[in-house]
Amino acid sequence: MFSIPTFLESLVPLFWAARYTLLISVAGIALGLVIGTLVCAARLSPSRALRRAGAVWVSFLRGVPLLVQLLVFYYSLPLFGLDVPAMVAAIVTVGICASAYISEIWRGAINALPRGQAEAAVAIGMTPQDVWRRIILPQAFTLSLPALINELILLVKASSLVSVVGILEITRASQAQAATTFRPLEVYLAAACIYLVINLCLAALGRYLEHRTAV
Amino acid sequence: MQASSVEIRNVSKFYGPFQALRDVNLSIPPGKVTCLIGPSGSGKSTLLRCINFLEDYSAGEIRIDGRMIGYEAPGRRMRGRALREMRRSIGMVFQQFNLWPHMTARENVAEGLIRVRGLSRPDAAGRAADALAKVGLADKMDNHPSRLSGGQQQRVAIARAIAMEPRLMLFDEPTSALDPELVGEVLHVMKALAGEGMTMVVVTHEMGFASHVADQVAFMERGELVGVDTPGRILHQPEDPRIQGFLRTYHERNSF
Ligand SMILES: Nc1ncnc2c1ncn2[C@@H]1O[C@H](COP(=O)(O)OP(=O)(O)OP(=O)(O)O)[C@@H](O)[C@H]1O
Ligand SMILES: [Mg+2]
Repeated sequence: MFSIPTFLESLVPLFWAARYTLLISVAGIALGLVIGTLVCAARLSPSRALRRAGAVWVSFLRGVPLLVQLLVFYYSLPLFGLDVPAMVAAIVTVGICASAYISEIWRGAINALPRGQAEAAVAIGMTPQDVWRRIILPQAFTLSLPALINELILLVKASSLVSVVGILEITRASQAQAATTFRPLEVYLAAACIYLVINLCLAALGRYLEHRTAV
Repeated sequence: MQASSVEIRNVSKFYGPFQALRDVNLSIPPGKVTCLIGPSGSGKSTLLRCINFLEDYSAGEIRIDGRMIGYEAPGRRMRGRALREMRRSIGMVFQQFNLWPHMTARENVAEGLIRVRGLSRPDAAGRAADALAKVGLADKMDNHPSRLSGGQQQRVAIARAIAMEPRLMLFDEPTSALDPELVGEVLHVMKALAGEGMTMVVVTHEMGFASHVADQVAFMERGELVGVDTPGRILHQPEDPRIQGFLRTYHERNSF
């Protein structure tokens, strides 16, 4: 029999565990945005070496599963004598992994802009900095918002993988809960509901932002 | 308004092994309208884009009011700052308008005044309004480009250029992307500008405009400037068989 009380009781601790899920996803995407922007700049730079380095970074990170990246990163830290909290290791790995996707999102958006727009700005004597700041980036940002929100949703789901390094986020918390209550179905269903609510909220936020910035 | 003159001397341009301009010579007198005509791929856009150095040229020199653009001396590139200084007084209008879609018409015009001319926002907004009124768009200032017709967009692009108070205006097929019924409004604005004594270089397929407004017409073919003369002598009594051939094709295509 499905136990509705167990289902409802599980929601509370899992909801509490969601703060780690959110922390990892949001900090991860923030770090990913910073690194991803640098990687994108490298890929668009005139220097062939930088372009190659950026391309290698992207294909490496996209070619190795996040779970494996996480384990490699986490277990290689002691080799360097680093004692990093699991949470930090998780955020850094998630951020680095996201940077590969985010740099591609940026690059796609920038390349999608007609070249003539930058030319028109150059022709009236704008500096390259102003061309980027005033013409290219604002539009690239608007263009990539849906993809960035989508990336954030993927990260919320992918953050379940960090349970392997012992962080008590939603998935790990529900495993523990399931073990003590002997009611895995109720507990995991509760976890599913919480993920769903978070991601529906993010999707709604995405639609709102997209609507607000649309011209 | 001071009007610039342009001297193009022995200019050649290569794209890799392909020679797009062959030893081009052309004098563009101040306050006059020069039309560039010729078949597709003959190098009209390339020559025009060399004048404000959107394209670099491989040999020769282009002087605007006596000052060479793009190079300090033959082979030595101009610094970015000096080049921007020169471009400030050269307006350019593109076939595809190239407005910035995330800004309103007025913001499109004000942007350069703020960033390049250093005007305050209110001053720039005022000047932008004046420039838009001049091209007949006083009532469309707060529209984004997506809410304007092609002809209106092109007039915003012209306003954006003239608000900078250029001494030379370059037009690259400004009406080619427009529906036929919208061509007139853009040509009308260009004629008014010519009437004010602006130096204009216009790449165009509008032979009517070239014939009525141009002071001189230059014909290009395969990267070569074949001839330059008054519109009457180029368009109505051409001597060069290449020009005759081009005009024959033009007339055949435009008769029905
Ligand atoms: N970036 C480029 N790289 C290589 N070749 C180019 C480039 N731009 C132009 N060309 C070549 O240079 C020649 C002249 O081009 P240009 O655009 O100046 O012609 P045009 O006279 O303006 O033609 P149209 O009437 O079609 O606009 C063409 O053969 C074109 O293919
Ligand atoms: Mg052209």
